[in-house]
Amino acid sequence: MIRLANVVKTFNSGKPNQFTAVDDVSIEIRPLNLTVLKGPSGSGKTTLLSLIGCMVRPSSGRIFLHGIETRFARHNESAGSFEITSLPERFLNEIRRSTFGFIFQQFNLIKGISVLENIMLPAYPTGENHTALHQRGMGLLERFDIKRHAPSKVEWLSGGELQRVAIARALINNPSILVADEPTAHLDSRLSHEFMKIVSELKSKGKTILIASHDPIVYDSEIADTVVEMRDGRITGRGHEE
Amino acid sequence: MALYTLVIFVLASLIFFVHAIKRESTTILREAPEMVVQRQLAGRHELIPIDYIEKIRSIRGVDKVEARLWGYYYDPVFGANFTVMVPETKQLAPGRIILGRGVARTQRISTGDMVTFRGATKASLLMTVQEVLDYQSELVTSDLVLVSRSDFQELFNLPQGHATDLAVTVANPDELATIAAKIADRLPDTRPILRSEILRTYESLFDWRGGMMTVILFSAILSFVIFAWDKASGLSADERREIGILKSIGWETSDVLLLKFWEGMAVSLTAFLLGTNLAYGHVFFFSAPLFEPALKGWSVLYPEFRLEPAIDFLQLAILFFLSVFPYTAATILPSWMAATVDPDAAMRT
Ligand SMILES: Nc1ncnc2c1ncn2[C@@H]1O[C@H](COP(=O)(O)OP(=O)(O)OP(=O)(O)O)[C@@H](O)[C@H]1O
Ligand SMILES: [Mg+2]
Repeated sequence: MIRLANVVKTFNSGKPNQFTAVDDVSIEIRPLNLTVLKGPSGSGKTTLLSLIGCMVRPSSGRIFLHGIETRFARHNESAGSFEITSLPERFLNEIRRSTFGFIFQQFNLIKGISVLENIMLPAYPTGENHTALHQRGMGLLERFDIKRHAPSKVEWLSGGELQRVAIARALINNPSILVADEPTAHLDSRLSHEFMKIVSELKSKGKTILIASHDPIVYDSEIADTVVEMRDGRITGRGHEE
Repeated sequence: MALYTLVIFVLASLIFFVHAIKRESTTILREAPEMVVQRQLAGRHELIPIDYIEKIRSIRGVDKVEARLWGYYYDPVFGANFTVMVPETKQLAPGRIILGRGVARTQRISTGDMVTFRGATKASLLMTVQEVLDYQSELVTSDLVLVSRSDFQELFNLPQGHATDLAVTVANPDELATIAAKIADRLPDTRPILRSEILRTYESLFDWRGGMMTVILFSAILSFVIFAWDKASGLSADERREIGILKSIGWETSDVLLLKFWEGMAVSLTAFLLGTNLAYGHVFFFSAPLFEPALKGWSVLYPEFRLEPAIDFLQLAILFFLSVFPYTAATILPSWMAATVDPDAAMRT
């Protein structure tokens, strides 16, 4: 479970262009659920995702992770439950790598290298055995039906294929939480529905999923357990859908 | 990358060239005559009349004066240039020749065979190969053809009583300069060339500390520095994006730097190997055409200059450290600056 308590993120603090993108947010994100962040552009969805995903630290407030195993936490008495805002950078990196899988709006794949290499990238810093990694990568490609593209450069792929590569990359380190920012922004409605199908499969396999989106295909989807509405950095509504 | 390779190429060529020339020159100069007297006509090397021998010998202090005969022969069939010489030590019978390895190979002949040479007049000369020279002897270049004096005369239709130049030996080496001055004074149309003078020109030309080679060296180093600076002063937008992505998917700054380090190493090693190999070919197979002007002084005394492969590994190692390491550092530094940015930047690209 992820819990945010009075989290504030202010950019350019103290300068004339100071801007509070996330303002006093307190939510819980339940494990094994699909949570959708919904709201107009500029409402702070991406910023909130970065905060949860340990990419930036909040200006104030606290973020707790419960029931999450990381390599360093095992040697810690507070194993599985800690407050991430106070952790040193090194640990945040470790959490980001092992606990979260990210699917970015622009996919953020690296050009010039193959699909398979792109997928294996997040695992390189773990120093894992290459053959095992290679096998896992191929397994993921097969699962998303893009195995034949393994040696291709990402430049050649279509939008739907790119997205599946991005999903495969997010899953390579077997994270428990999947974070996606506007995952359907570049997809047509057929591909968006296909994406939601993949999400529902992943959910049924035990992933916690967090998506920021203003696409009704996502937030009106029947698999969304919770929809959190944001506006001007604040949470304005919280609905459950069955 | 191409520029980098080019710089390495120039520097390595220089290193190979200077080293090979130094080695070659010590061998050649050791056996070269102390003084060579050439005749000049309108500023150009001209045949020297044999009776100059007596005139020079009459100068006090002169020990020995020998006529030297050498020239070039163009073989129209094989399109090759040979250096034809009358040997100073070996006595050859007319109709007999000694060949360098290269000549023997291009003509596909060996000891005992007969060869025809097309003379300057219409008549052809039929010669018997007496010997093929061993390539080991460093002074003997492979394109050498040794002939007897009379054959030389006939082959080139040399006017009687002339030589290519004169080799002068003096009794007391200390008097060399004085005697050279005397020769130049008495025979104003000649130019005495001293071995020590050649050594000096050679040294000023090829020494690391002075001369043209330094200019080349400095311009090469300068362009390298500019190039490394250019690299260090900024990453392309693509590289920045790439680093942002790696950070966002959980790479640490040190992981990014390690990758950049290997990248830089791979690029600079490739450039280094490519550059040095090209330089090797340039210097030892093509006789360093880029440095031709520097060789001009040599052709006065020695017909053709071909370098024996010789590598100074210490200098090569210095080049390695001076190129690969700065380049790698130049790639890592900006990456380091970019890699310390917050990973959330990738969320907004
Ligand atoms: N690094 C930053 N410095 C200054 N302002 C920022 C920074 N990052 C985000 N912002 C501002 O914070 C606000 C919220 O941005 P955010 O990207 O979180 O919104 P969003 O809900 O994801 O919008 P969209 O739906 O368009 O993606 C925006 O007005 C943005 O300009
Ligand atoms: Mg956004």
